[in-house]
Amino acid sequence: MTSSSDIRQTFFQECDELLEALNDGLDEIAKTPDGGGVDTETINAVFRAVHSIKGGAGAFSLKSLVEFAHRFETTLDEMRSDRLAPTADVMKVCLRSADHLATLVACARDSVEDTSGAGLELHDKLAALSATPGQAPVASEPFRATALPVDGVPDLGFQPLALLFEDLAPEPVAATYHIQFTPTRQLFANGNDPVNLIRGLAELGEIDVQVDTSALPDLELMDWAESYFSWTVTLRSAEPLQAVQDVFEFVDGCCNLVIDVQLPVPPPIPTEEGPIPDLVASAMTPRAKTPVAPTEKTAGQSKGTVRVDLELVDRLINIVGELVINQAVLAQRVQNAGLSRLSDVGAGLDEFRSLAREIQEYVMAIRAQPIKPLFQRMARISREASDMAGKSVVLEVVGESTEIDKTVIERLVDPLTHMIRNAVDHGVESVEARKAAGKPEVGCIRLTAAHRSGRVLIEVADDGAGINRPRVREIAVNKGLVPAEAVLTDAEIDQLLFAPGFSTASEVTGLSGRGVGMDVVRSAIQGLGGRVSVSSTPGQGTTMAISLPLTLAVLDDMVVDVAGQTMVIPITAIVETLQPRPGDIHRVASLGEVVAVRDVFVPIIDLAETFGLRARSGDYRNMVLLVVESGDDNRWALAVDSVRDMRQVVIKGLEGNYGHVPGVAAATILGDGKIALIIDPEEAALHARQQPALPAEPLAEEN
Amino acid sequence: MSATAERIESDLRELVSFRVAGQDFCVDIMSVREIRGWTPATLLPHAPPHILGVINLRGSVVPIVDLAVRLGLPAMEPNSRHVIVICVVGNQTVGFLVDAVSDIIGVRKSAIQSTPDVTSEKTRAFIEGVIAIEDRMLRLIDIEFAFPANGRQEQP
Amino acid sequence: MSLTILAIDDSRTIREMLRESLFNAGFDVHVAVDGIDGIEKLPEVSPDIIITDINMPRMDGFGVIETVRKRSDFGALPILVLTTESAPDLKERARKSGATGWIVKPFDDAKLISAIKRVCAR
Repeated sequence: MTSSSDIRQTFFQECDELLEALNDGLDEIAKTPDGGGVDTETINAVFRAVHSIKGGAGAFSLKSLVEFAHRFETTLDEMRSDRLAPTADVMKVCLRSADHLATLVACARDSVEDTSGAGLELHDKLAALSATPGQAPVASEPFRATALPVDGVPDLGFQPLALLFEDLAPEPVAATYHIQFTPTRQLFANGNDPVNLIRGLAELGEIDVQVDTSALPDLELMDWAESYFSWTVTLRSAEPLQAVQDVFEFVDGCCNLVIDVQLPVPPPIPTEEGPIPDLVASAMTPRAKTPVAPTEKTAGQSKGTVRVDLELVDRLINIVGELVINQAVLAQRVQNAGLSRLSDVGAGLDEFRSLAREIQEYVMAIRAQPIKPLFQRMARISREASDMAGKSVVLEVVGESTEIDKTVIERLVDPLTHMIRNAVDHGVESVEARKAAGKPEVGCIRLTAAHRSGRVLIEVADDGAGINRPRVREIAVNKGLVPAEAVLTDAEIDQLLFAPGFSTASEVTGLSGRGVGMDVVRSAIQGLGGRVSVSSTPGQGTTMAISLPLTLAVLDDMVVDVAGQTMVIPITAIVETLQPRPGDIHRVASLGEVVAVRDVFVPIIDLAETFGLRARSGDYRNMVLLVVESGDDNRWALAVDSVRDMRQVVIKGLEGNYGHVPGVAAATILGDGKIALIIDPEEAALHARQQPALPAEPLAEEN
Repeated sequence: MSATAERIESDLRELVSFRVAGQDFCVDIMSVREIRGWTPATLLPHAPPHILGVINLRGSVVPIVDLAVRLGLPAMEPNSRHVIVICVVGNQTVGFLVDAVSDIIGVRKSAIQSTPDVTSEKTRAFIEGVIAIEDRMLRLIDIEFAFPANGRQEQP
Repeated sequence: MSLTILAIDDSRTIREMLRESLFNAGFDVHVAVDGIDGIEKLPEVSPDIIITDINMPRMDGFGVIETVRKRSDFGALPILVLTTESAPDLKERARKSGATGWIVKPFDDAKLISAIKRVCAR
């Protein structure tokens, strides 16, 4: 099959959606105390999600996925049929099973074996849940036919005979079958047709057909839906009895069927199939099914979507990026040619620019996705981590519909995983410690996402004991990160958590793991043009905040000159620009040079000095100060030589071919084809002020 | 192709040779992507001295290594006559500033000798071996060493 | 004459597999995402046969069968149900609801096409 890999891809995409629906549903059920008043459709949806995963997995012969999904489904079916109450314990097993199912899906996608080892234990737990006394678990459909007169499973009964025929192979011996067949009205009602059955027999061998029409009543008495004919077919065929029976598989119970078989060598074995079914029983159709009005949850569909290869979108984004650069180049040339912006050409260019920008916005929107799947993954991580640490933690999620660029979401997985593990492992205290502190036994981690002034803000906040600052300081001193006599503010101590080399395997438990420190988290976030900050209140908890640009690709920037180099600064960070008068500049002992901005002293950061381009001039009279603000309301005034322009720039990664440069978020290509560095104002400021404490370091290899 | 010819073929290495600060060096042609003229690079703050900065290579940001400084030779004052050899190191693209590209040569592997002790310590660390061609001695540069993964070198 | 098939399944994966297998076998295939969608598409598609999943949101496979069977225009259509289980009681229930036959998942092309041929007159 040519496109089976496409279908496989579809399957895994669908699995992601189904797992999301599964988690949503389970969360909703778990929220309701002991499942009282849980919407049946919610339970059905949860069941269906697992069922569909199983169905698709079966199509791709993903055995372990099918097996586990089947086990899980059986338990959910018990819940669906009100035989199993969704108690907290039951839901815990279900949530963990959903996690394991996700693991198995991921393993199947990557064609690797599941090595988590969680499967067997969960399998047993699920089995224990669904083992209702006196009733064997029903695979999928709770319905059991009780009024059925046919007993036994005919297929099984004839299995040995079929094998016998196979034993006689390679020269199959033709047998003679005498088939008596009288349909009931049900057979016709079900859309079956005796003609098809007889044709099916004809495909097996030579047939002789006789119709008995004697039961046909007078025309005026005839019921068009009734069955009046019966057939006698003699079939000579080398096919086994099973094949003959298979022809009637669909009409078993809708006809009176007798098959006599005469074998040349072994004596004929007469067989008899099920008698005429009880018409009353078949009329008692199980609970009436009428079309249900679509519920709000399921009806919000079919706005019409197209599936697009992500690579195409990426290429489109790149080309649009080039278009924006191209526009900038044109604008510059037009300007160089002495044409005014008010000229026809200038006006046309303005239009070009706004069109290009609009295209860009729409293209970026294609890539934007809700952060929800990432958050669901984090819920899983927190469950795993709290299980492992033997702590009781709930993860509260806020703002999961916040949309972020898909690439950003993907690249947030690792840092966020680490932050969640950290919060469980180091943030939330043990149950005993919480009790002693008079806190609820169950710790809480809040994971929030929100758009704020052109950036995306993601926070991981725990209600734990807060950062143990004396201990952090001690570790930093022991590791030689700060001199023993250094006087550090609380904020500076908190910053030490991000210092390379602060966290090593000896400090981290198996949980936060692998000797990867917060410095790696910070590097990863910086790689996305973002920042991480931390705040902590002793006894009340720690909050880690990630602030990210909305998109990876474009930025509104201010183009500035710094010691002969062209640099760009994101406009979102800039609060105001000012040309200082001599009286505005002061020297404050603790802050160094400051500028008074509306009665507030703002420390001046000389970018040329910070970036090692020239010595501090100390004379800012001919320079421009850009007042920038950080996520936590710190302000700095960045001193630059001049402001050249405002423009949109396309972000080019620096780290792919080089590495992280402190104070530099990324690079861009200007209208003249030259590269300009995009400054991360906050990092540049912090770097300038804390250079000794926080040496610049590379992105460590994460193992 | 006969088995013998094939063996000889696989025994051959093609190298791009160039001059840096008056000395002859070469790199394996497999790692060279293109050769282009010098264009001023954008400075990178806090970069080690052998990193001249970054240039725009058809939309990519590519760091430029002053090979002379990297090899412990006197620094060059780059001008338009200088040449950048664009190489791929691992999954990164890097440009090496050299005086001029001389030639493409094919040598037997057996012709590559181990580095003699006379070279300076710093140079030797980046040299995979030496090849004697006519009266010249080509030093084969191990670019993995000259530009380690993630562009990070020990701070000077 | 090629048969027109209406395939109803809430799983995109299964829908695509059905669409591809049936298309390759020369059938004219239309798909619906659940029972309601299937019933709505019935007049416009006017299929020769319906293949439907059982477990679906909004309206399940049994609902589809019962709704179709009540109709005067499409009431006699062959309807095959897709089932993951080969449990006898499920087949029995399908038959009692009015299903013409069934296809047990996972199916391959041969299984699918032979089931269709068994219930469709040429």
